[in-house]
Amino acid sequence: MSGFRVLEPGVLSLFQDAGRLRHHALGLTTGGPMDGAAFYWANRLAGNPEGATTLEVAQGGLRLECTGDTSVAVAGAAMPLKINGQTKALWRSHRMTAGDVLELRHATAGLRTYVAAAGGFEAPVYFGSTAVVRREGLGNPLHAGQELVCGVPTDTDWALPMDQIPRYEATVTLRVVEGYQAAEFSTESRGLFYRSAFQVSPRSDRMGYRLEGNAVAVPAGERFSEGIAYGAVQVPPDGQPIVLLNDRQTIGGYPKLGTVLSLDCWKLAQCVPGAKVCFEVISLEAAQAAVEEFTATREATALKRST
Amino acid sequence: MPDDSMRIEVAGENALIVYLGDALSPVMADRVRRLDQQLRERLADQLIDTVPSYASVLIIYRPDRIRMEALREHLEEFGRATSAPIAKEGGSLVTLPVWYGPESGPDLVELADSNGLSVDQVVQRHHTREYRVYAIGFAPGFAYLGEVDEVIARPRLTTPRQQVPTGAVGIADRQTAVYPAESPGGWNLIGRCPVRMFDPLASAPMPVGVGDRIQFEPISRSEYLELGGAP
Repeated sequence: MSGFRVLEPGVLSLFQDAGRLRHHALGLTTGGPMDGAAFYWANRLAGNPEGATTLEVAQGGLRLECTGDTSVAVAGAAMPLKINGQTKALWRSHRMTAGDVLELRHATAGLRTYVAAAGGFEAPVYFGSTAVVRREGLGNPLHAGQELVCGVPTDTDWALPMDQIPRYEATVTLRVVEGYQAAEFSTESRGLFYRSAFQVSPRSDRMGYRLEGNAVAVPAGERFSEGIAYGAVQVPPDGQPIVLLNDRQTIGGYPKLGTVLSLDCWKLAQCVPGAKVCFEVISLEAAQAAVEEFTATREATALKRST
Repeated sequence: MPDDSMRIEVAGENALIVYLGDALSPVMADRVRRLDQQLRERLADQLIDTVPSYASVLIIYRPDRIRMEALREHLEEFGRATSAPIAKEGGSLVTLPVWYGPESGPDLVELADSNGLSVDQVVQRHHTREYRVYAIGFAPGFAYLGEVDEVIARPRLTTPRQQVPTGAVGIADRQTAVYPAESPGGWNLIGRCPVRMFDPLASAPMPVGVGDRIQFEPISRSEYLELGGAP
């Protein structure tokens, strides 16, 4: 059977598919890939349908031994990839033969890398999704000795054109669609938020990215907890913004300035603690156009043969 | 009749949030429930998900299936419909048995003392009122029920417990809840409920939804155990 045995699970490696939808009413979050772009390319390079189950490898340190022939594609943070000790390129597919050892060393830029295997990994399904959300007890991180099952090798080898490969920078500017309680924040407070550079806190995780910097004054008053959208920027009383991501709580009562464009949430998810984060306003229309254009461009992108 | 209390705000590139008002009440909980239900029934193919909570509903939609302006129009229409006078009995009525007492509810005696009531009075006040599910969140299956009689209201513990058992029934300010799973928690515990509030393997993982009505029914320790309550 095509698959792998986990020799070393790495710092945090999780099964992730496109995420768990339509279960917010039970209090379940979405999960899913923190970097939707790298996830998309990993699956496409492996010849998989969009949303197939991948491994999301945070920081690196993963070692897998192939137990049955297959192929893989690796996309995301710059983790040196070795197959049987030989350096291999990310953003392309590789044939794997039983006995081959695949290794992802620690990332030199970015934070999360996606390993897609032909046919997708088989993983337990909870509420229609394989996305592992530890906080909710849905699934577990990879562990040493675990057997992974996937599909037989695809018959073509593909690579993403160089100019399409994202760069992971230590400074990111995130575009914000203003909304929620934006109008309740004072003009000074909003001005300060958009002028300031924040640092990614070490207490950031799949739930949300905590930022440290100038304290943003929050509007007074208590609020009822309300639904939290992906990318929402909430500001607790200490004035330090939190961008809520895939494993966010479904409801919360802190005031929110708006919501980071999904495309930029993916960039944030590749930031390590200490990275610099700035914000700028984007109009709703421009945000929607940006997403449409991004989607159209990537669908139109032709992969090239790798040899 | 126009409903001036309803507001719609942008919540992201593909999300809107509807605020139905600023006050909590059983009527509000029922409006939230009905709006959410309408959305799920009539726009199922256009929506990614909805989050009903207290006095609002967040809607995340598929931009390839519906434009934000069109969604806004639907929301205004559905919102208006939910502001019409309603029967008091909207939402299902769910009865949850509770084994009350100092043994199952380690904060019961202190809550009674601090509020100048006897233990029996606290228990009686808790189960003689019908509650509404105001929101579900914090953890899968955690339903916030409101509102308890103000004479048994009490703030959260100053130091939360590391471990609250599954089924623990607690009070925090004027809300009450049944813990769906073992977790840390700071609510004042007054009893335990043998009904599982969240079973990920069941076809209906939760016995209640937002806007439903809840009635607690006192049971004895032996009934609690017979009903499958965790020891």
